[in-house]
Amino acid sequence: MLRYILFRLLQVIPVLLGTTFLIYFMVFAMPGDPILAMFGDKTPDPTVVERLRAEYHLDQPFIVQYLLYLKGVLVGDFGVSFTGQPVSEILARTFPVTIKLAAMAIVFELILAIGIGLISGLRKGKFFDNINLIIALLFMSIPIFVIAFIAQWGLGIKLGWFNPTVGSGAPIQDLLLPAIVLGVSLYATSMRLTRASVIDTLNQDFVRTAYAKGLRRGRVVPVHVLRNSLIPTITNTATDFGILMVGATVTEGIFNVPGVGNALFQAIIKGDNSLVVSFVTFMVLIYLGVNLIVDLLYAVLDPRIRYA
Amino acid sequence: MKRSRIGTGVVALAAAGALALSGCSSSGGGTDAGGGDSSAIITTNGSEPQNPLIATNTNEVGGGKILDLIFAGLVYYDADGAPHNDIAESIESDDAITYTIKIRDDATFTDGTPVKAENFVKAWNYGANAANAQLNSYFFEDIEGFSYEEDVEELSGLTVVDDTTFTVKLNKAASDFPLRLGYSAFYPLPDSAFEDMDAQGENPVVNGPYKLAGEGAWQHDEQIELVVNEDYNGPRVPQNGGVTIKFYATQDASYADLLANNVDVVDQIPETQLANFESDLGDRAVNQAAAIFQSFTIPERLEHWSGEEGDLRRKALSMSINREQIVDKIFDGTRTVASDFTSPVIDGWTDSLAGAEVLEFNEEEAKKLWAEADAISPWSGTLEISYNSDGGHQAWVDAVANSASSVLGIDVAGKPYAKFDVLREEVTNRTIQTGFRTGWQADYPGLFNFLGPLYATNASSNDGDYSNPEFDALLQEGSVDTDLESANAKYQQAQEILLEDLPAFPLWYQNVTGGYSENVDNVEFGWNSVPIYYEITKG
Repeated sequence: MLRYILFRLLQVIPVLLGTTFLIYFMVFAMPGDPILAMFGDKTPDPTVVERLRAEYHLDQPFIVQYLLYLKGVLVGDFGVSFTGQPVSEILARTFPVTIKLAAMAIVFELILAIGIGLISGLRKGKFFDNINLIIALLFMSIPIFVIAFIAQWGLGIKLGWFNPTVGSGAPIQDLLLPAIVLGVSLYATSMRLTRASVIDTLNQDFVRTAYAKGLRRGRVVPVHVLRNSLIPTITNTATDFGILMVGATVTEGIFNVPGVGNALFQAIIKGDNSLVVSFVTFMVLIYLGVNLIVDLLYAVLDPRIRYA
Repeated sequence: MKRSRIGTGVVALAAAGALALSGCSSSGGGTDAGGGDSSAIITTNGSEPQNPLIATNTNEVGGGKILDLIFAGLVYYDADGAPHNDIAESIESDDAITYTIKIRDDATFTDGTPVKAENFVKAWNYGANAANAQLNSYFFEDIEGFSYEEDVEELSGLTVVDDTTFTVKLNKAASDFPLRLGYSAFYPLPDSAFEDMDAQGENPVVNGPYKLAGEGAWQHDEQIELVVNEDYNGPRVPQNGGVTIKFYATQDASYADLLANNVDVVDQIPETQLANFESDLGDRAVNQAAAIFQSFTIPERLEHWSGEEGDLRRKALSMSINREQIVDKIFDGTRTVASDFTSPVIDGWTDSLAGAEVLEFNEEEAKKLWAEADAISPWSGTLEISYNSDGGHQAWVDAVANSASSVLGIDVAGKPYAKFDVLREEVTNRTIQTGFRTGWQADYPGLFNFLGPLYATNASSNDGDYSNPEFDALLQEGSVDTDLESANAKYQQAQEILLEDLPAFPLWYQNVTGGYSENVDNVEFGWNSVPIYYEITKG
């Protein structure tokens, strides 16, 4: 097990090198001049432009810029954004917010997916199951920004139950609405996986044996059925967590969440290379980390899955 | 000028956006007997400043809005754009070249040090010095000793006479120099700033009506909290307890907050809501012309667009555009059709310049002139207008293209560029081979500001390389004329030449669109489209 973990950790190094290089290359290859963008419609003085370019190493060839960046990263310096803030500070400010939001969304997703999926699986083919599958299909097919706008308008503006946007410090109560929106938009797949898995497990011999032993439903379902049905759900949810870290940009924009999605979007617009690369690198790290945790969770859930 | 970012879109999308309007009729239930809680905090929308809060390095709306609240300059502008003295006691000149500026002796910074003449001179020297690469450095180019190439520590044109007096010598006459002094680039800096400019940028020591609520009041990417500066004794007396500027990533988010009364004043309505914001907000909606001029430019170096043929084609093209209809259909009335090259919120603006009829839709005349041009040299190819697609320009460019194409019977098409800076790069390098969108947001409320930097021979933002000695001469006459009214008359004459030559095609003036919550009164928008926050009352 320990060897497995170590091996997985070592894998991260080439992935990171490859990712940063690719991202840097792509950002570099993007057309446009971020320094000119600072000046709006006004034509800047060439000397000022030259000095600013030199300041951000934009006058150097791509490979030099990349190596300078790497050199900085090795000593813990992620560079300075065009706004003059250290990239590490921006990372430290925005990632916790997004992780908080993603964690809350995952909790909502899991509650919905496991709760509804379990009931639906136990009542396969009944009224609840059918209705549930239709609703799930609906949520799978509505784009998230539609759900977000409707929730913001209905629950936030019209009913006034929530603040329509997230306030300073991203307090938990403000994150509720975007977290619910994200959870709702993601739950359907996990729910269907849970349902299918529950139905499958119900037909297994050990469940029949458990009932034959005289165990009550109240014990069989949570301990034997549910526990054995969760692997596909957990895998899918972990993938969702990765998606949330990277892809919540739209939702973060709509609810004005001061998180990663927003910051990354702005950085791309401004051609702020070191910011973009650092953000993406962190996202890759988190994605890898989550996958590692999932692999380890398998072993906890199912003793049969054990890595040497 | 740098506040503008008309094209950058997305983020501050048209941040420029604001409004202005000299009519200033915006304040709804404004004057109910000076009501309001003088300690109430006003909340408003903004965007994260792109640079530390150093005035000479801030050229965009997000930071500019904050700087104007926390600093007091020599003069400030009222809602109509008229300058009034703040720190200045008098600004005098006989020849529009040498100015003597006297300041009040009772103004202080928040660290207790007095605001002296030297604080202005040192701040300007800092901003002008090429070594500091300040984004607003060009604001000082008219002062004697300025150089873009060399590092100049101290401008020879700036002289401190005593604690409350200094003189400014310009390298060429500029009668509107006093008018410029309300722009943030000319704000003073405290002595402590020169010891640690980074600290000043993050937690500035200030001298304006408001100050930061404390260390760390600037919560990056979230908001900045400003409270009344009790030490400020100038004319802009705050009627509230402070202003919290929340940074919004999108205009939609700020609009949602406005509808929920979760933010008090918003100065940008998202494009998606333009059709309905006036019915949503009722008399709390604001829609007024602003100091933002929008146009497109066809450089003379392009085939068919110079000489007599070019003159005819320019007039024909201009008359083939149905501006009224586009403003109505595309912008839901949130633009004002242009009748000159400046803006209606600027003193000296007029809609009755000789030759302004080229800006009116006239199918027959357009066809006739185009045919005359064809007789000189037949038209070939497609007329393209380039724009950046990240700034919401596609709809109007397509509409302009359709309008021109159906009247003139030629191919006209929009040519999108994914990003603003990509377009600007080609424009700046002169490699662009099409017409392209252009725009201008004023730095200060003066006619010259809309003309000199854009159309004077070799001017910095003369993207079409226009040159006309007659026009240059009239600008020069206006610059040396210390009488504002007769100077404006010269600038109007100069514009009549532009209407003949059409180096750029005036389209419309952008309006400021905004609104305010049910909790505030006395909301008025300034000439530069920014609400006059210190007058707003709440509660």
